[in-house]
Amino acid sequence: MHELSLAGGVLQLVEDAHKRERFARVASLTLEVGMLAAVDVSALRFALSALSPGTLLEGAAIELVEKQGVAFCFGCAEQVEIASRSDPCPRCGAYQLQPTGGTELKVVGLTVHDA
Amino acid sequence: MCVVCGCGQSGESDGGQAREHALAHVRDKLRESLDFGAGAARVSVPGMSQARAIQIEADVLGVNGRFAADNRARFLARGELALNLVSSPGSGKTTLLCAAIAALSRAHPALRVAVIEGDQQTSFDAERIRAAGAPAVQVNTGKGCHLDAEMVGAAYAQLGAPEAQGGVLFIENVGNLVCPALWDLGEQAKVVILSVTEGQDKPLKYPDMFAAAKLMLINKVDLLPYVQFDVAASVALARRVNPQLEVIEVSATQGTGLGAFVDWVMRERDTHGAQRSSARVAE
Repeated sequence: MHELSLAGGVLQLVEDAHKRERFARVASLTLEVGMLAAVDVSALRFALSALSPGTLLEGAAIELVEKQGVAFCFGCAEQVEIASRSDPCPRCGAYQLQPTGGTELKVVGLTVHDA
Repeated sequence: MCVVCGCGQSGESDGGQAREHALAHVRDKLRESLDFGAGAARVSVPGMSQARAIQIEADVLGVNGRFAADNRARFLARGELALNLVSSPGSGKTTLLCAAIAALSRAHPALRVAVIEGDQQTSFDAERIRAAGAPAVQVNTGKGCHLDAEMVGAAYAQLGAPEAQGGVLFIENVGNLVCPALWDLGEQAKVVILSVTEGQDKPLKYPDMFAAAKLMLINKVDLLPYVQFDVAASVALARRVNPQLEVIEVSATQGTGLGAFVDWVMRERDTHGAQRSSARVAE
């Protein structure tokens, strides 16, 4: 359940944005969750909903966008798409893969109301 | 009465004139505020009042990352090698650490070895480490399932500055094969411990941790005759998720492989020291 700590990190980023931008409430929050980020999307959604009452995120719509995992395959020297770190290369079946994308959990942005 | 402004003009007796009056109000309103693309968002979302968009594009672990960078700089300044030990509960991390401390101080008596111990509760492990002869600071995470960089920074400050440069700092993480994979503590490398009393397929069940580690220690190899654990198969599975993973077989209780682990630690420390020299040259 590290997703609860991550949800705390999300809230902190929103609070930082609030200090800069001075808005009244958050209408929506968009997060990007990489398939290789070791983050469970439903656990993160649950953690955010558990955390939000009484915070800036209360009542905000939360959009979680899953990002495809991408890796460089040493077998075929190509960028390939994978869904997990234990997947083989979908082209040549090799396991010599270096993840290059879909490894991050990012707050992409917010829409906010000023009143 | 005008339906738009509530002013006293009646729309019933003079027909068209009242309608014109109401429309004038509507046009005023349009000029005033009904521009759906005028907000900062420059877009209209049907059914929602105007909201403005704020771009953030920030890594959720960014705050931890800044603390980790601070820790890394402090370790580097002292030429201290920091290793983050991760495993599931019961793999023998603390026993292995006690044995490794003894082996390290036998082979390199001048080396300072210190430990930051992470557990949800109790200071049992830090006491075991101190009994083994190394300074240790216990971090209790309470409900937390992992150490984060801020906790490690605070614990490191509490350890105090080492008298000698070039020591080794072991950070024993909370026993958990999932969450600690994500939190960079500022360490030079993660060392994952897998014991032969666990399943040999754990590297595939918990791929993120094995992908994050530089070294895998296979512990409790003295029990291999009694358990169903195929070392070669386990290594092959671990290298599926991490082709560069190094492996050492050890038994903390019998002392098997500890020499190889000590050599690995000293090699890492020297590489780390070389990085420090080149960082100095760069300055």
